Amino acid sequence: MVNAIEVSDISKQFVLRHTRSIKEAVVWLAKGRKGDLSEKFHALKNVSVEVKTGETVALLGLNGSGKSTLLKHISGVMLPDSGTVRTRGRVAGLIEVGAGFHPDLSGRDNVFLNGAILGMTEQQVNDRFDDIVEFSEIGQFIDTEVKFYSSGMYLRLAFSVAVHTDPEVFLIDEILAVGDEPFQRKCINKIQELARNGKTLVVVSHDLDLVSRICARGILLEHGVVKFDGSIHDAVALLRS
Amino acid sequence: MSATTPGELTTPGLGGGLRDLRQSGFLLKLLVRKELKVRYRGSVLGLLWSYVKPGVQFIVFYVALGVFLGLERSPRNPEGLSNYAVYLFSGIVLINFFSEALGNAARSIVNNGNLIKKIYLPRELFPVASVWVSGVHFFPQLVVLVAGCVIAGWHPDVFQLLAAVAGFLIVGLLATGLGLLFGAANVYFRDSENLVDMLLMVATWASPVMYAWTMVQEKLGAAAFAVYQANPVTIGVELFHYAFWFPTTDGSAAVPPNLFSLWTPVGLGIALLVLFLGQLTFRRLEGRFAQEL
Ligand SMILES: Nc1ncnc2c1ncn2[C@@H]1O[C@H](COP(=O)(O)OP(=O)(O)OP(=O)(O)O)[C@@H](O)[C@H]1O
Ligand SMILES: [Mg+2]
Repeated sequence: MVNAIEVSDISKQFVLRHTRSIKEAVVWLAKGRKGDLSEKFHALKNVSVEVKTGETVALLGLNGSGKSTLLKHISGVMLPDSGTVRTRGRVAGLIEVGAGFHPDLSGRDNVFLNGAILGMTEQQVNDRFDDIVEFSEIGQFIDTEVKFYSSGMYLRLAFSVAVHTDPEVFLIDEILAVGDEPFQRKCINKIQELARNGKTLVVVSHDLDLVSRICARGILLEHGVVKFDGSIHDAVALLRS
Repeated sequence: MSATTPGELTTPGLGGGLRDLRQSGFLLKLLVRKELKVRYRGSVLGLLWSYVKPGVQFIVFYVALGVFLGLERSPRNPEGLSNYAVYLFSGIVLINFFSEALGNAARSIVNNGNLIKKIYLPRELFPVASVWVSGVHFFPQLVVLVAGCVIAGWHPDVFQLLAAVAGFLIVGLLATGLGLLFGAANVYFRDSENLVDMLLMVATWASPVMYAWTMVQEKLGAAAFAVYQANPVTIGVELFHYAFWFPTTDGSAAVPPNLFSLWTPVGLGIALLVLFLGQLTFRRLEGRFAQEL
């Protein structure tokens, strides 16, 4: 099996305090660059992860441990300070519910916009539009502005668009939380179907039972460092202990 | 989101700059449509506002400058400009396009921050879409302008129409370049929005929109006038005057010296240079957009 994702030795630092005005920066320069303009900390430190095509991986860790940051590096939204990230095939991320949805547009317009944002062509969106709406079970609300949607409806439509983009690598960050029970089950079935079809999945969730069902492998992050990388059951056990 | 075949490993997040836009035509179209829809949501007049606003602006300026300050030619004021209304309006529509394009492009990255920090896509799309939207708004104004010109006896030749295209192109490229530059800078320093607003205010008066270029030449020396002339917005406005206003006059008005042989290529060159530098800066800065927004 070939690798779908190769993260080699990446580090990422963030600043703790942001400077937002030219004035502060000029004062800092005038004082001979004394002190740091901003404090920094490591959000990811020497992280190396290889994921084979068709693997299902859960990223686990406490709040602020760097899970979302790692996903953003895999999707290309962020670039590492050092180290390299490489991916094979199209990567689609569901990073937070409905990123890329515009509240003032109808569900229909948003399906097109979000589909295009996730890399679909006009033809593909047209062909899959009915499937997307059907899967989301939004029904007659498709022509309502999405600002009037409940958060669950938002999720349904967003998830539905994302799974229909048919990417090779699918990144899911913390999105199943607001769906109701039947829709969650439907999503999980869909995700498992994607996995069976050889898609690569990287899932972030605090619902440990859920990820145990979906994923075979677990990676535990702690303060930006990989603590554990192995079977999902060991990873969950370690996190719980 | 690269469209490569699943055969090779690629580094995500490294775009090809403005070249990526060719593959993103569909997305660009939807972004433009979104902007237009959102802008006129819940307004009764809708796109009609694009006619009303410049129309009112035009009337105010025409009365204040043309009538009160006496820039319009009349029997009592033979020194004035004939068809001052057309003269004024042909400049105003271009400046409006420039202001709107640059103002919105400079804000586009911050305004789309929510998207940019979650999903990777060619970020040049946002400034370019802003300029495009302004182009859409420019169209109705152009229609009003042409109607006014026809009433004033407009009879352009092909060369004059080409001059209009060149003027629009120069200003559009300049707005895109500056939009990329200030749009990227705005992520780091929100001051750049204010800088742009100031710049736009100056731009209106630093080009012969309200007055005639001859007045500038009289006051400035040759060197200073050359600097004044090198402003691509000035060149664009003068090209518009040549295309829309000049053919409505008796042809006795002077065209700025070397407008076509020298200044048009200069304006195009400067606009392209700014676009190049804007793109360069944008690519330098875009790697950190997601974390700074
Ligand atoms: N753009 C940013 N600028 C500064 N700090 C950031 C930025 N993005 C994330 N951080 C910090 O990096 C750390 C890791 O954040 P991240 O979002 O990756 O955590 P997480 O593991 O996804 O947490 P959660 O379980 O709460 O979703 C946090 O301390 C966060 O404050
Ligand atoms: Mg997170």
